[in-house]
Amino acid sequence: MTGSMVNISKRWGYHGIDALKKASPGYLMLMGAFALLALAGVSVGLHGMVVGYHHVYGVSREISWGILISAYVFCVVTSTGLCIISSIGHVFGGEAFMPIAKRAVFMSIIFMLGGFCIIFFDIENPFRMAIYNVISPNLSSNMWWMGTLYGAYLVFMIIEYYFLLEQNHSLSRLMGFFGLVVGIAAHSNLGAVFGMLHGRPFWYGPYLPIYFIFSAAMSGGCAIMFVSTLAWKINPEIMNQRMERAIKAVCQVTIFLISTIMFFTIWKIVTGMVSHDKSLVIMSLVTGDYAINFWCFEIFLGMVLPLFLLLRSRGNNFNMIMWATGLMMVGIFFMRYDIVIPGQMISVYHSLGVEEALDIIKYTPSFHEIMAALFGLSVICFAYFAGEKMLNGHQLEKHEIVPEGGYICPGCGAIHFMEEGETVEDAMKRHHKIW
Amino acid sequence: MTFPKIDLNKLKNEGTESVTIKERRNFLKLGFAITGVYASGKILSLSSTFSGVAYASGGSDFVEKYPYNPHYSMVIRQSLCIDCEKCVEACNKTNHVPEYGYRTRILTRKYQGQLDKQVEFIPVLCNHCNDAPCVRACPTKATYKDPVTGIVRMESKKCIGCKTCMLACPYDARYFNAGRHAIDKCDFCWEERLSKGETQTGCSSACPTGARTFGNLTDPENIVFKLVHQLEESVWVLRPEDGTKPNIFYMKGNMVSVDNILKGQKFIYSDPAKS
Repeated sequence: MTGSMVNISKRWGYHGIDALKKASPGYLMLMGAFALLALAGVSVGLHGMVVGYHHVYGVSREISWGILISAYVFCVVTSTGLCIISSIGHVFGGEAFMPIAKRAVFMSIIFMLGGFCIIFFDIENPFRMAIYNVISPNLSSNMWWMGTLYGAYLVFMIIEYYFLLEQNHSLSRLMGFFGLVVGIAAHSNLGAVFGMLHGRPFWYGPYLPIYFIFSAAMSGGCAIMFVSTLAWKINPEIMNQRMERAIKAVCQVTIFLISTIMFFTIWKIVTGMVSHDKSLVIMSLVTGDYAINFWCFEIFLGMVLPLFLLLRSRGNNFNMIMWATGLMMVGIFFMRYDIVIPGQMISVYHSLGVEEALDIIKYTPSFHEIMAALFGLSVICFAYFAGEKMLNGHQLEKHEIVPEGGYICPGCGAIHFMEEGETVEDAMKRHHKIW
Repeated sequence: MTFPKIDLNKLKNEGTESVTIKERRNFLKLGFAITGVYASGKILSLSSTFSGVAYASGGSDFVEKYPYNPHYSMVIRQSLCIDCEKCVEACNKTNHVPEYGYRTRILTRKYQGQLDKQVEFIPVLCNHCNDAPCVRACPTKATYKDPVTGIVRMESKKCIGCKTCMLACPYDARYFNAGRHAIDKCDFCWEERLSKGETQTGCSSACPTGARTFGNLTDPENIVFKLVHQLEESVWVLRPEDGTKPNIFYMKGNMVSVDNILKGQKFIYSDPAKS
């Protein structure tokens, strides 16, 4: 590989533990807080595992997927979305999107791992899963495909990230392409996990697989802007003209995607209202127990406010973007919750008109469930803050750290290395050759 | 090829005495198929999910073969249920069901303004569907259709506890059993009774009124066969719209005609020649 004489840490922009030592005490305290929260979460989760989840979790026979599945969906949706949006740049060659690639792919991996942390505490026998998913696969099961495809997705993303660090653009592009294809397959399949359950009219149908892909792209755009603008707060040096242009481009795409999701939501509500099977759930979202979730979080924080703020920001006002997308992340979490829980609120015997199934079924997340969900989310936050420092803000372009034998590629802004006797132009061609 | 002309008016009426049982049966089968009682296995579970052999297309061919043998099935005569819950108790005891779970339960439907009754009890349990959504949903084949009996069973050691089957089931027949570290569900008492030579499930043998009748759908002498294969009273399944081909059939079950069938009386013809 190129530039073997150059120290790996310089080549990858890896600053290691030293960078953390130089971090401000406030920053370290914040990281410590997330580490403690993750530790508390994992201990509470393990406690639940030891005493038996049915004693400590709020999920029941009827509502068997609770806040943990919602949080898992939130994580994997964001992960896929980060992959989708960043692929516009480094897979499909949208030049404006290129500078976000490294951070997006890194965060995509982290969100996926966070999701796995959460589902570890939802699945009753996670260790059996590793064995029987392999030796006794059921190819007609969406759940099996979910595990398999997300596993493959994670592998592709990690390899892609390695090649991004290595500045091997053709291979990172190839891996990014595979990652995108598998990610979209995995994610639409996650929609089908819900959408192929006969007895659940709120989920059943092709709506969810389609919605999940658009919703993922929206979450991805939101997450990229949030982590990038937050990184700018941490280290203002990461922002340069190319990065500003990238944020603006992501902002435009996200505005479009929020509008799309609004359109999806409006028709979900309107069609649901005239459906006998769904109207009880829809009314619970519109006027009932879930009205605050729906109107305040999903609609206002998740869509209306960010749409307004992102339009106002014109893609330039990073403070505004940071607030808009930060609040939007909260709203998106509720958006996932509002898919997972309400789908189970109506008993399968409701249509039979029996006394036991007249009302909607209630669910309240328990302390153990919340802590187990926080475990995964804290791992993500901790890894993000650690990554920003240790990986030097995922920078592609920083004049001071251009190592010996390297140069800044005018095409993509990354640091490339010339081989002996090579011109800049040849090096650029070699890095950007189409596979 | 020419056909001989038959003058129908000159034919002698042979009466119904000379019609053999077999011919009557064939005639009825034709009628069932035309009227759609068997609906080619669309609502009832009579057609195979695994092979096309038994599936009769167009309803012109009576489905005589059941996918399983013995094809275990239960007919619930709803009007006979008095909500004594002896079946639930028997089930819990037989199958060591923990207090937080149940494999079967009795639902209550209340009516207002009806002359005959204000309440109806509907026992529910796993429907052992031929097209079981839980079997499709399970990632590790921990739940499966028994190839011989058609019972939807669990192989507990393979269960990862993802709970997808609980949500896939349109009959709310599953719960997580912490003792078994797996999803638990009705297996028609296969493990505790049928495999040990018994012929009845815990619930059906405990039922004091005969509301739950358990048996083999492939045996024409069996009570469930007789109850399902009669025209006098309607037989239905729960949630037919899900297309799962369930094996639990429901009927009101308190009519005299049903009793007659069960007593072995077949059909009574009035003979026009003798009247």
